[in-house]
Amino acid sequence: MQATDFGNPNHVALLVQQIRAKTTRPWTIMEVCGGQTHAILRYGIDQLLPDSIRIVHGPGCPVCVTPIETIDQAIQIASTPGVIFCTFGDMLRVPGSDGDLMQAKSRGADVRIIHSPMEAYQLALAESNQTGSNRQVVLFAIGFETTAPATAMAIRMAKEKNLDCFSALVCHVLVPPALEAIFSDENHGIDGLLAAGHVCTITGYHSYDAICNRFGIPIAITGFEPVDLLRGIWNVVEQLESQPRNDRVVNVYEHIATIQGNAHAQQTVDEVFALCDQTWRGIGILPQSGLKLKEKYALYDAQKRFSIRSDRSTEASPCRAADVLRGKIRPVECPAFGSLCNPGNPLGAPMVSNEGACAAYYLYQSIKEDKSQDLEVDR
Amino acid sequence: MSLQDWSCGVPKSNSETITLSHGSGGRLSAKLIEEVFFKHYLSPELSARNDSAVLDWSSDGRVAMSTDAFVIQPLEFPGGDIGSLSVYGTVNDLAVQGAKPIALSIAWILEEGFPLSQLSQLACSIGKAAAECSVRIVAGDTKVVERGRGHGCYITTTGIGKVPKGLDLGPSQIKAGDCILLSGSIGDHGMAIMSQRTGLVFEPILKSDCSPLHTMAKDLIENIPGLRVMRDPTRGGIAATLNELASSSRLCFQIDEARVPVRAQVKSACELLGLDPWIVANEGKLIAIVAPESLQAALQILRNHPLGSQACCIGQVTQEYRSRVIARTAYGTQRIVPMPEGELLPRIC
Repeated sequence: MQATDFGNPNHVALLVQQIRAKTTRPWTIMEVCGGQTHAILRYGIDQLLPDSIRIVHGPGCPVCVTPIETIDQAIQIASTPGVIFCTFGDMLRVPGSDGDLMQAKSRGADVRIIHSPMEAYQLALAESNQTGSNRQVVLFAIGFETTAPATAMAIRMAKEKNLDCFSALVCHVLVPPALEAIFSDENHGIDGLLAAGHVCTITGYHSYDAICNRFGIPIAITGFEPVDLLRGIWNVVEQLESQPRNDRVVNVYEHIATIQGNAHAQQTVDEVFALCDQTWRGIGILPQSGLKLKEKYALYDAQKRFSIRSDRSTEASPCRAADVLRGKIRPVECPAFGSLCNPGNPLGAPMVSNEGACAAYYLYQSIKEDKSQDLEVDR
Repeated sequence: MSLQDWSCGVPKSNSETITLSHGSGGRLSAKLIEEVFFKHYLSPELSARNDSAVLDWSSDGRVAMSTDAFVIQPLEFPGGDIGSLSVYGTVNDLAVQGAKPIALSIAWILEEGFPLSQLSQLACSIGKAAAECSVRIVAGDTKVVERGRGHGCYITTTGIGKVPKGLDLGPSQIKAGDCILLSGSIGDHGMAIMSQRTGLVFEPILKSDCSPLHTMAKDLIENIPGLRVMRDPTRGGIAATLNELASSSRLCFQIDEARVPVRAQVKSACELLGLDPWIVANEGKLIAIVAPESLQAALQILRNHPLGSQACCIGQVTQEYRSRVIARTAYGTQRIVPMPEGELLPRIC
């Protein structure tokens, strides 16, 4: 299949036909990747599926699951004089308990948007070569297994160069422990899973076999284009409809992901990070679900380098982000969706990033779910 | 003098920089005006050196006026610079309103330490762009702010133009059944700038579409009686412009997504940064709403224009969903296209 074929309308139509023909019962399928959420809504893949197939969105957006305490810490560090705070763009508007990074920037914090952790490293290197500068460069290191290798690389290189002016506020999280937590809830209501293809490209997909076997959930390793997504859904439906059931992990992102993953990236992560318990916004503390710096890299831990308060914080009340992140409700089922909560005034993190499920539903609302059709005032 | 003959004389010394005295109104200010600005854009009104320009206005048409501030970084980018952009931006705002652009004012805010050679390049670029658009620069101002309090250079331009008698373009003219035309590919300017800022290099290089629309607009006005309204979709991209039109006309704008031209490398760059080309800025594209019976003639006019070879009809105005922009995908699904929110934030992965 050529790269351009993954958006081919004829292939899409054929797959939709096959899924429709195969589906005899209602099934709920979860995806756990912001890129997939975005693509499903943007292309209207959910509209093409039979009504009996319900797609829900798990905690697949790293911006959305970063705990509010970490956002507060980020704002505190960024607001420290002499700090250059480097962050991915979509973290800027995630609400902490009192404001966001963009507001901190407007009050004078030196917050810079980066596209790769290596940019922060390069900036620190430039600072260290500048005579008289005692500025500190802090990387806001967030993301899943996909961004962790680049963070690890930046920190390893900083250590190699003895770069004292560089540190990272680390909040990397891992997908499989979150899935285990969701499926451990007896009432999870999920029949099948689309696993994020790019995460598996790094980690391989051994760990998904255990989830599939333990919880009896068929899993398809799935990509992001319309044809990729429908192949994933088709595979999961086919497994769910087969008699007798033979639940397994199937890689339909075979052109990119392999069972072993990227060994070099895995080694770099293992060199720098160790597993730790981690708080997920909307879900709570999950054991062994995050990454922390190993002792020999402790010097580069921004949490240790800066004295920061860690007050317990609470979420804005009408927001049901927690239920959205666990796939319990779809964003449109939240009472605040589109009215009290919108991308201009997000109450919960999933409304902030383009990849957050709430923002994707808001951006690409299908017409049948347009709540404000008859209102005079625009959203 | 043709545009090809126009040369940008750069001062011999590259080390000369703007000082606070250049904005003092004294001898150095006069020297700057004389040696840099007048050299590149002189007009009878400027050379009169009065406190304000006095223009002859022997027309029974109405006056259109528009103003725009330019703070773009970087100051120079593939396809243009802040100088040409500041002329085209205001000219285009006048042109899409149906006005023939006549005169511009230019206000510079310069940062202490700004290289004089670069200022001269930008002034040259303004002169060229103004000549291309047949507008005179008739008034100007220069202020210098202390080092660290500016970003090199900011420019504000204000323009006036003549609107032909009897011409009445606006969203209130739009009717259900009208056709929505777009003059070419979207997102070129915004992604060229984003690529420069992020250091992400694409092959071939992303180039801004920064260009003047006055002749294209004039061709439509003079030949298409069914022309309802024109817009140039700049910041906020076509999503913002279409939403503004849908909202002020209280009609539904239905767009066929597959018909909206997006260059392959713009599409790739957008995918990489997690941006939607529909909300990315353009600086040389025109959206025209025309009556259905004018569709073919209007398309022909756009396609005959050097900037409009990719022009196409991207959708239709209907009454289906009031004040909404609806995109129909290549897969037969539909979604609402909302007004873009806030600034463009590249996503994490």
